[in-house]
Amino acid sequence: MKLVTAIIKPFKLDDVREALSEIGVQGVTVTEVKGFGRQKGHTELYRGAEYVVDFLPKVKVEVAIGDSLLDQVIESITKAANTGKIGDGKIFVTELEQAIRIRTGETGEEAV
Amino acid sequence: MESNLFHLQYAIDTFYFLVCGALVMWMAAGFAMLESGLVRAKNTTEILTKNVALFAVACTMYLICGYAIMYGGSIVLSGMGDVDVDAVLGEFAGREDGFTGGSIYSGAADFFFQVVFVATAMSIVSGAVAERMKLWAFLVFAVFMTGFIYPLEGAWTWGGKDVFGMYNLGDLGFSDFAGSGIVHMAGAAAALAGVLLLGARKGKYGPNGEIRAFPGANMPLAAIGMFILWMGWFGFNGGSVLKLGDIANAHSVAMVFLNTNAAAAGGAIAALITARLMFGKADLTMLINGALAGLVVITAEPSTPSALTAAIFGAFGGVLVVLSVVTMDKLRIDDPVGAISVHGVCGLLGLLLVPVTNSDVSFSGQIIGALTIFVWVFIASLVVWGIIKAVMGLRVSEEDEYEGVDLSECGMEAYPEFVSSK
Repeated sequence: MKLVTAIIKPFKLDDVREALSEIGVQGVTVTEVKGFGRQKGHTELYRGAEYVVDFLPKVKVEVAIGDSLLDQVIESITKAANTGKIGDGKIFVTELEQAIRIRTGETGEEAV
Repeated sequence: MESNLFHLQYAIDTFYFLVCGALVMWMAAGFAMLESGLVRAKNTTEILTKNVALFAVACTMYLICGYAIMYGGSIVLSGMGDVDVDAVLGEFAGREDGFTGGSIYSGAADFFFQVVFVATAMSIVSGAVAERMKLWAFLVFAVFMTGFIYPLEGAWTWGGKDVFGMYNLGDLGFSDFAGSGIVHMAGAAAALAGVLLLGARKGKYGPNGEIRAFPGANMPLAAIGMFILWMGWFGFNGGSVLKLGDIANAHSVAMVFLNTNAAAAGGAIAALITARLMFGKADLTMLINGALAGLVVITAEPSTPSALTAAIFGAFGGVLVVLSVVTMDKLRIDDPVGAISVHGVCGLLGLLLVPVTNSDVSFSGQIIGALTIFVWVFIASLVVWGIIKAVMGLRVSEEDEYEGVDLSECGMEAYPEFVSSK
């Protein structure tokens, strides 16, 4: 099983969620995060004092999937979240050692 | 028949004071919202606690001794109880200036209208000392400010008494209609004394002259606070006409409302443009300060200027407040909400503009009055703050300031998350 973590632009969340539904991904966890890659931040002013906002709002989408879905998921997210402009985000894939459904106790591929 | 008219005039003038007093009381909500919007989230509960508690302290101390000090009469308002209707009717009948002269109204309404002004003056201090002062140190100060410091300078101005027996401000041509100096500049003087002894928030000013921004946590609250203050100000200035029940005074009240509104608008526009020119962007907090600055400026004389003049006076305040906020930071005097700039600097401007439209008032009188108020309140406040500092300390510890005074002073977060009961 794999844990796919995608950092995307916040307004792309709906597109990504729909795209994942279409290929059969059943569960998603979403977190509001802040971050930067090569996009960098900007300066703002508050009552005449300048301050730097390095961290930009992003959304982190996490899906736990079986190995067979991995390529489709990566392709879906990439297409849905892409704007072509700097700051589109990244996808990270990590090996998921174990998964358990709390309600039923199912484990492994049946739990994702 | 005539006595029925007197009944009505008493009723309408009393009612007028009560409604205006209620509007000024509403300004307490305005201050609370404005300040809680401009501080950081971790300090929100504490500033709200300060605002509510200071209002209660002001009402109580003024009741106990403040009103007596300012206007005479017995302490604890012990004389205030019943009204002798026949005696009042006799007053009306024997009035030298007649039906259109000075108003006759309930003493209770007079107290009510006055007490909310004390609370306003005290409330100015809470914003300037935000985010790093001990809550109880502030409340102890409030006891003295509302019980003694403010009432004394109020006695020398609206109370008509001599300043320590030396001179009389009214005789010298001093006039402050609704309190640009008596209430606003006085509050700012107390705030300045406190801020100087307190010091700036940790990290606000860097070693090489940097000024770091600590953005407020809730702009909608700040904006609604400003609008509440704007509306309450109609009572603040309007009620200071002191009478409604005859044609000339009713019109005067209307002009005061009109001018108060015009000045706020002028101040807002001027501040917005000034901020845009200076910073390249429209700064909402400066816009808010600008509207309030306009209101403070016109408070010294809202009845004699024309509407356009009132708007221009307000605009002067709007420009001045932006410059003042920036200057205060350059001087490393940390005022998180701009209270000293809005109420002190613009309060003084308000006083000095009075002779421009009111020929009964002299510049020298205004200056002497302003100095009297400022020196008394500033020095007395320094002494009281100083004693509090020596006895219990003014400032929270560095760690408490870092964690937020909500936790150290109130044990309660304003926006709690991930809490669980035991």
